[in-house]
Amino acid sequence: MKQHRLITLWRITHTGIVNFIRNISLAIAAMAVMVVTLTIVLFSLITNATFNNTIDQITSKIDVSVFLKDSDTKAQTDQLLAQLKKLPNVKSVSYLSKDQALKQYEKQNAGNEQLLTAINETSNPLPATILVKPVDLNKIQDIKDFLSKPDVAALQSDQPSYSGDRKEAIDKITHATNVLRKIGIIAIVGFTIICALIIFNTIQMAIFNRRDEIQIQRLLGASTNYIRGPFIVESVIYGILSAVISVLIINAAFLASSNALQASSLGLLDINYASSYFGSHFFELLAIQLVLGIVIGAVSSTIATRRYLKFKTK
Amino acid sequence: MILLDRVTKNYQGTTSPALSRISLHVEPKEFVIVVGQSGAGKTTLLRLLTREERPSSGKIIVGGVDYDKLKDKDIPLLRRKIGTVFQDFKLLPNKNVFENVAYALEIVGISNREIKHTVPKVLSIVNLKGKEKNMPLELSGGERQRVAIARAIVRQPRILIADEPTGNLDPKHAWDVIKVLEKINRYGTTVLLTTHNQEIVNKLKRRVVTIQGGKLVSDRANADYKI
Repeated sequence: MKQHRLITLWRITHTGIVNFIRNISLAIAAMAVMVVTLTIVLFSLITNATFNNTIDQITSKIDVSVFLKDSDTKAQTDQLLAQLKKLPNVKSVSYLSKDQALKQYEKQNAGNEQLLTAINETSNPLPATILVKPVDLNKIQDIKDFLSKPDVAALQSDQPSYSGDRKEAIDKITHATNVLRKIGIIAIVGFTIICALIIFNTIQMAIFNRRDEIQIQRLLGASTNYIRGPFIVESVIYGILSAVISVLIINAAFLASSNALQASSLGLLDINYASSYFGSHFFELLAIQLVLGIVIGAVSSTIATRRYLKFKTK
Repeated sequence: MILLDRVTKNYQGTTSPALSRISLHVEPKEFVIVVGQSGAGKTTLLRLLTREERPSSGKIIVGGVDYDKLKDKDIPLLRRKIGTVFQDFKLLPNKNVFENVAYALEIVGISNREIKHTVPKVLSIVNLKGKEKNMPLELSGGERQRVAIARAIVRQPRILIADEPTGNLDPKHAWDVIKVLEKINRYGTTVLLTTHNQEIVNKLKRRVVTIQGGKLVSDRANADYKI
């Protein structure tokens, strides 16, 4: 019995491969469609990752500056640093002393001699500053609430920089990045669904062309799995080859863009990052494409053969 | 071996039934010829036997299997017991001659060694030696029909149903086909043959069942063609 099953399994696989070769023109037509759609899905995956990276870079530059009073003691400052570090939404905390703040200010305004001379003539007017980086920009209000507690506010020489004009800017960026991330996910899901539908349709057409074959096999007494098996094998071969080809196409596109165009970005799209992301996630992306190709191929051929395998009930 | 009891078949959208209260009993090892004009219902009768169609009413029992009690999943098992030769051959277009005949054995799980042993023997019975690698499209009508016969008999079925197997053939090849059918009938297979060919019916001198307008109008032993 076990041997019988092995023979059957081998025959199904073998027939699928032979049919693939004998129906090569049909196979090429079907695979061309699959390659195009899978390439679009792959492209949207990489684009999404690249946009997310750009968004991360923008948001990582945003921090909250807490300006301390010159009269604050070291113990008070250390305590405040420790308290801030404990807040759940705080990624990192760094301390700039008055001197460091001055040096940074000089660096930022290196071209402006007048300003620098003016500032050096007075005793250092800049306050010591704590820079707080939030984990999640959406929850930055938590940090603000903490900073506005009376005992904490008493240590500060000025309002924290997350307020007023900057608050609006930060809120806008936060909102925009949230929308962009959502669009990215919707695009990937949308393209994948469209891709699945197009591939399903293509395989259905390919099987429609060969419905007589299925009906003949039925009349000869072949079991459902014995008829359907080779079609599934064939579609899985389509899926594997199309996935590999789509990955190769994207690979070639990155090579061409880095060699010929020497462009590092295309509008918002950071090609350098996209290329390095593709390189470092090569096998993951290939695996995603293979799974997509194989699953869509197998499911499509299973559904598409069903109607020709039915027995008459009336 | 084959029993039809008052079998009627109505197709949807037609006024008169394709078959009307047909009763027929075929003994094991019999050779029965079904004659009738085009549209008389011969093909419908055979399609009922292979369970391509279901009767509107009446009972069908073939090889001990009651079709009323036959589940869908067991239909393939039934068809494996019956060898069928179709008027339009129904060869698998992507398989060569050898593979077409071998297919009938593959689906029942016969080993490759046995297939390599059996298929050439059957191909020589139908005079197709040397054509093993040809694809169906490269063959003449007569050759294709003989491939179809080889495929139908390779499993040595107890029942062989042949629907106008000589319909597309010239007289010489038609006789070759009939000789093969007689041969396997001698080996013990029950044969049900439909044909138009008067000469063949008259030469064979077998039981002849005549169908007209969906009704069984005569059933005679050792008979001549008469409509």
